[in-house]
Amino acid sequence: MAEVNSALKRAGTGPDPAPFGRFRDVRQSFARPGQAPLHAIEAVSFDLERGKLVSLLGPSGCGKTTLLKIVAGLMRATAGVVQIEGVDVTEPQPEFGVVFQTANLMPWRSVLRNVLLPIEIRRDTGGAARAAALELLSLVGLAGFEHARPAELSGGMQQRVALCRALVHKPRLLLMDEPFGSLDELTRMEMQDLLLDIRARTGATVLFVTHSISEAVYLSDRVVVFSRRPATIADMIDVPLPYPRTPELRYCATFTEIGHRAGRALGVSR
Amino acid sequence: MKRLLLERALYPLLGLAVIVVAWQLYTQLYAVSRIVLPSPSDIALASVRHFALLLAQTWPTLGATVLGFVIALVLGIPLAVCVANSRVLNLTLYPILVATQSVPKVAIAPIVLVWFGFGMESKLAIAFLVAFFPIVVDTATGLRSTPPGLLELARSLRASPWQVFSKVQMPAALPFVFSGAKVAITLAVIGAVIGEFVGSVDGLGNLLLAANSQLESPLAWAALIWLSALGIVLFAAVALVERLVVPWGHSGR
Repeated sequence: MAEVNSALKRAGTGPDPAPFGRFRDVRQSFARPGQAPLHAIEAVSFDLERGKLVSLLGPSGCGKTTLLKIVAGLMRATAGVVQIEGVDVTEPQPEFGVVFQTANLMPWRSVLRNVLLPIEIRRDTGGAARAAALELLSLVGLAGFEHARPAELSGGMQQRVALCRALVHKPRLLLMDEPFGSLDELTRMEMQDLLLDIRARTGATVLFVTHSISEAVYLSDRVVVFSRRPATIADMIDVPLPYPRTPELRYCATFTEIGHRAGRALGVSR
Repeated sequence: MKRLLLERALYPLLGLAVIVVAWQLYTQLYAVSRIVLPSPSDIALASVRHFALLLAQTWPTLGATVLGFVIALVLGIPLAVCVANSRVLNLTLYPILVATQSVPKVAIAPIVLVWFGFGMESKLAIAFLVAFFPIVVDTATGLRSTPPGLLELARSLRASPWQVFSKVQMPAALPFVFSGAKVAITLAVIGAVIGEFVGSVDGLGNLLLAANSQLESPLAWAALIWLSALGIVLFAAVALVERLVVPWGHSGR
């Protein structure tokens, strides 16, 4: 009976009593010698629902990367609640996957051994990891490159390897910090479709930091728009476009409308 | 690629040939005394005639150089690891290390001689002393300049301190270790020769001094050229090991 109840609750339209990720009044400030402390994040609250892709959209240096690092456990918030699946995040969570702004590959390791790094760090001895890594690499179009060195790959290919590395241990939560920011426009659009494809296959919950309005709208179930520093939430926009999303959607009226609303929240359009 | 390699080998050899021919012509045309400047052919002749002697004297110099270099590696790398990972040790030892570098090694040589005598130990000690510093400094620099992104990645995976060291810091530092080692091996040859100059009973440096004092300039020059060749071979050996161990560390791959 209890099971049915909780299932009903989850299926219901009301607010989820225990969302996957829960952020309440998160604040972050940095002490500065001889000056007033720098407030990076001020009272940010939102929920992250299981299986959703939520973008944190904001101008450069607004504190969105800081928030992502707090969720990753790489930093501790000055105040507020940061919970994933009901547990406070206070230290790095190896069961999450993190993709950084740069690929951060180890130049001395082959592509495959870079992907297997998280498994190696956990001292996971199961042989399944290798097969999983190879499968991921072929999924991102890098079959045949597993023994190449990172220096032999283009920037886009390197970032795909980084994506595989973040996914190899099947994380429940994928944290991405402007992962496609340094790529050219065409590669970036390819990578966006790749990410959506992978998310559809794995069902992972994704928190995605970006400063690109179109990227945020194209990818997300929900866009959280941040103001300039100190970061507060300027707007929270649900994107009603259906998945799987196709490049044509970028030209539909809804897409433009949502982009416009995000632009208004950012103060870049009226 | 092959063409480039050929060019890179050909041009220096061509340059060298021009210098040797000019040198030979100069000594013959102006009838330069063999004692002041022996001609290349004189040196070559001395090299052949005294081949056994030169070869026999190579071993002590080579032994002192390589052993001094290896001891510098064995002691220097662990010290660099300590210095790079401990603030206190860094603050304590680094200034002392740098200060010892301002001591001219040639000036230490007579003192080392008092400690270790005329045998192998003195030149080995001097070779070690000169090789030690570049290895420690470059290794410590390498360990400290681990890309911050890789450290953050390791932290996000909650790698243990040992895992961070063995899987991130040390491999990232290897190109630095080798650049220090390449400087060190060259200096170690110089250190061994200084040791032989100050006081020893054998070695190429010793032979050079002896030949010089007997006005056997062609032999002295031959010893000098053997010493240079020794330095080049040792450097190339370290560079070869680097290629095998750090295949990713080269700018051009």
